Amino acid sequence: MTEQTVERRAIWYLLGFLAVVLAFVLSMALKGFTQQGFYVTLGAFLTLSILSFLYKDNIFYKMAEHLFVGVSAAYWMVMGFWSVMVPNLIGKIHPPAVKPFMPAIASQPASYWYLIPAVLGIMLLWRLMPKGAWIARWALAFIVGTTAGLNFIRYMASDLLGQINSSMVPLVVIQNGSLDIMTTISNLVLFLGVFCGLIYFFFSKEHKGVFGVGSKIGIWILMVTFGAGFGYTVMARISLLVGRFRFLFDDWLGLLK
Amino acid sequence: MTNGVNKTFLEKMQAIDRRVIFLFIGLAVALPLLFHVVFTEKITPIVGAIYDRVENLPEGSKVLISFDYSPSTVPEIQPMVDAVLRHCAARKVKIYIMGLWATGQNIADETISRVLKPEFPAYQYGEDYVNLGYKSGNQGLINVILTDLKKMYTTDVHGTAIDSIPMMAPIRNLRNFDLILSFGGGFPGMKEWVLFAGDPGRIPVAGGVTAVSAPQLYPYYPSQLLGLMGGIKGAAEYESEVIRHYSRFENSSHPGIDMMGPQAVAHIVIILFIVVGNVAYFLTRRREAEND
Repeated sequence: MTEQTVERRAIWYLLGFLAVVLAFVLSMALKGFTQQGFYVTLGAFLTLSILSFLYKDNIFYKMAEHLFVGVSAAYWMVMGFWSVMVPNLIGKIHPPAVKPFMPAIASQPASYWYLIPAVLGIMLLWRLMPKGAWIARWALAFIVGTTAGLNFIRYMASDLLGQINSSMVPLVVIQNGSLDIMTTISNLVLFLGVFCGLIYFFFSKEHKGVFGVGSKIGIWILMVTFGAGFGYTVMARISLLVGRFRFLFDDWLGLLK
Repeated sequence: MTNGVNKTFLEKMQAIDRRVIFLFIGLAVALPLLFHVVFTEKITPIVGAIYDRVENLPEGSKVLISFDYSPSTVPEIQPMVDAVLRHCAARKVKIYIMGLWATGQNIADETISRVLKPEFPAYQYGEDYVNLGYKSGNQGLINVILTDLKKMYTTDVHGTAIDSIPMMAPIRNLRNFDLILSFGGGFPGMKEWVLFAGDPGRIPVAGGVTAVSAPQLYPYYPSQLLGLMGGIKGAAEYESEVIRHYSRFENSSHPGIDMMGPQAVAHIVIILFIVVGNVAYFLTRRREAEND
């Protein structure tokens, strides 16, 4: 990169920075230099910074992204401390210690069982120490073991058995003595979808003849499912864009009725 | 010569700069918003099931609403929450608010200040609604409160002892609720409520999720999931049903309905781009086959 190019780029950055500062002050002035006005202007500036990535990567996008990551991490940490550590750990082991913050639970009797999770928590943090990082594995093993056990039972009951149960539907539905056509068609589609989907994932037999037809229907049903999923994803992303535009047009610029 | 020009045009259609597409999508969203393009919404059975359940709850029923989302999905989820909260308050049910996400706690506070307090001034904190706040533990938390809620919730979000809150007196565990409504779109969320509360406790679970998450939850409906609002479409349907039955909410904000206009126009633009891209692709392929 030549010296002239560097100089030109520096001038552009400076002009861009001045334009942003000017726009920020102008926006604040329009909002009457209020605290709310400052928050809305800052929100608009960060929104536009993130949207600027659609053109190409730039310093404003990077700044907004880093700010988001940092604020999120700090937020979760603070929330975790005040909503879990203070009332559910310190408040349980030594209730008088939380009296200045949560007087309501300071008079409750101490429960020393909570020393066990406290020790496990300290063990988990031990991996940050220069020596004895292996100690963290015991706490981690406890977490993995209990989570796996808990999930195994519930997923087996609800996702496997529950879903099998939900798939066992009558193929011909008679209601009040007459054929319920819509429910019958719905149940037939459900049955066909599950059956052909399972055929597609059955690899012990070559997909030929009638079995091959079932497999083909299975892949079509999977494609329709993926298509529906993608359609929903598009809707979700557009919703977020509409949400940001509503913020810019309404809260910031006041253009919407 | 003509063939050459056409070929270039077809090639261009297949390689449209992504920024051009972004610009079209931006306009497709901005213009309907500015000109207030809205469509009528008709409720579907899967959303109607939630509306009917709330509508048929007797006065004083206990409804748990879990805020399991963050600001990143507020545009999609918040319209659902606002509409359901208005409906619940109009039915005079007891509202218990909690969150499996740390971010849900502040969003719940903001929602209470914006919807419940100004629109339902008679609703009293501790008597008609309570905010239990956020607790970590994900599905483990649900598993514990299924049998003993006070083991995890010793205070509400303001630090008030649970035992001193009047509406908490009849609550021992999740089985004491008439309905659980979860709003979110990630982990932990509605799936965990179905698996760890609804199924083992035989408690009706419903709610709303982001459109991205909706396809994963449809298989639970109707046997394991009472109803589901999928994305902004679900929110718009619920809002329109609430307005249809409760005319006093006509002047309340209904962002779900407002957002469906830009949504529909943006979808049309996307479909057009897909059609143009595909037509250009097949014409190019045919030309190449003819030239060979």
